[in-house]
Amino acid sequence: MTAATLDTPSGVTGRPGLGATMSQTLSMAWRQMVRIKHNPFELVDLSLSPVMFLLLFVYVFGGQMAGSTTDYLQYVLGGLIAQNAIFLTMYTGTGINADLRKGVYDRFRSLPIARSAPLAGKIFADLFKQVWSVAVMLILGVLMGFELRSLSGALLATVVIVVFALAISWVSVLMGVLADSEEKVQIYSFVVIMPLTFTSSAFVDTSTMPGFLGAWADVNPVTHLADAMRGLLSSGPIAEPLMWTAIWAVVIFAVTAPLAMRAYKKKMV
Amino acid sequence: MSHDNAIETEGLTKNFGDLIAVDRVDLNARAGTVLGVLGPNGAGKTTIVRMLATLSEPTAGTARVGGFDIVRDAPHVRTLIGLTGQFAGVDELLTGEENLRFIGRLLGMPTRDAKARARELLAEFNLSDAADKAAKAYSGGMRRRLDLAASLVGRPRILFLDEPTTGLDPRARGELWGLVRSLVADGTTVLLTTQYLEEADQLADDIAVIDHGTVIATGTPTQLKAKIGGQTLRIQPEDPAQLEAVGALVAERFGDLEPLVEAGAVTVGVNDDAIMPVLAADLRERGIGLTEFHLGLSSLDEVFLTLTGHRAEDNETESETDR
Repeated sequence: MTAATLDTPSGVTGRPGLGATMSQTLSMAWRQMVRIKHNPFELVDLSLSPVMFLLLFVYVFGGQMAGSTTDYLQYVLGGLIAQNAIFLTMYTGTGINADLRKGVYDRFRSLPIARSAPLAGKIFADLFKQVWSVAVMLILGVLMGFELRSLSGALLATVVIVVFALAISWVSVLMGVLADSEEKVQIYSFVVIMPLTFTSSAFVDTSTMPGFLGAWADVNPVTHLADAMRGLLSSGPIAEPLMWTAIWAVVIFAVTAPLAMRAYKKKMV
Repeated sequence: MSHDNAIETEGLTKNFGDLIAVDRVDLNARAGTVLGVLGPNGAGKTTIVRMLATLSEPTAGTARVGGFDIVRDAPHVRTLIGLTGQFAGVDELLTGEENLRFIGRLLGMPTRDAKARARELLAEFNLSDAADKAAKAYSGGMRRRLDLAASLVGRPRILFLDEPTTGLDPRARGELWGLVRSLVADGTTVLLTTQYLEEADQLADDIAVIDHGTVIATGTPTQLKAKIGGQTLRIQPEDPAQLEAVGALVAERFGDLEPLVEAGAVTVGVNDDAIMPVLAADLRERGIGLTEFHLGLSSLDEVFLTLTGHRAEDNETESETDR
């Protein structure tokens, strides 16, 4: 028997080009944004933990750490923003994991769209949550007495967070694709993110740490990100931590994005 | 018979580790017709659909959808097909209109066209009143209709419906059947999987019955019904001791269709209900009192019993759910 070859809709080859891929990614991101519009409580939920961290760290540890809570606030806000950004990326992985398991991606994969669009769209939309969180923490910080270096510094800091999050989200995506449950993504992320963010300059001066830990803390990407935040928002060097942050972001992206895409395509079998 | 097959598979096979979920399946769906794939849970129906819809690659064998190879030309296949599965194909937080508009945008429609197409489908599927309500507020039947509408945004020529009415009440099921019929009238080819013989009978031009991953019977609904008896007669004698006598009488009257004697009753497939009064008279003549004498539409269970000699118990748990 011969099969009739049906005409594909005019001009459609099935393999989307770069422009189409971008537009599909934006549509995917649009879906995520509409979800927030219908469920704005998600943003409140998202803000609870950074707000709690900021209040507790400053008012509980602040006096002991830096002599006064205002001085510690000046030091720690940049670190907390860096830490929170890294924690937030975990939700990208848990979200993708849930969607994969529920079969939400099945329909996407039956459509003539780029394979990467659902993942990229999710990452893209989650960047909005990053911007939102930076804003919440900055506003609360200023209300608590933080002296902002300049508004342009704050804007640049937000851009740095977004770019860094864009890169390290792929770590989370990789975990989200590989893990067989959301809880596993969470545990895995927690086991990695918690020590990673604490063995850095985010909350304390690394010079008080024992030799090997101090050496690690000085190369830890979170240290560079936290230092860059401090430089941009408060005071201190900017160029060097920014450079190291960028290098780390590129390296992490270059390693994890292809791995995540490969795992994702393999999952399709 | 037409030579224009919209869907063709040859030796289609899928293994998950040691489990053979789909075993050398040959199917043909003629363009513009409905092919019903009938089988119990876990028989491999969903796995077949997933392969044909390019979600999963076959372990062996080939398949062509709209003339394109499902592996080599998968991107082409995706431009032709629509898929409505058992999965959560709609986003519950989004409204019906947003769900459809979203798919339209994904397919590259300009915003205005995507909106117009969404409104058009909502009207067609009798969902206009609920257009701006979140999908999570929809009833089961409305959600299936929205799901079906979402698979139609790109006007697919070939549609895969994976158990589209499972879990729906009879009214919602009837509505969905009507929608499928009008799509076929417009020239769409449909591959439908179902656990319900009645559904396959109502909608399909051809039926393939599958069990444990293999095709065990194919034919038009009429051919299959002739083979298995489209209806089932169930006779329960008042006195269980007379069960054997009833069985013998039925076997004699029905000839080629083997009656089943179990659980205090005799069941047998019926092709021609003219036999009913004859049989009733026979039973009366022999003084056999009855507690049940009931003619009903054959269930999948009875079809299976006839075709395989075993009941259509769920085939394993694995293959049907996913993977």
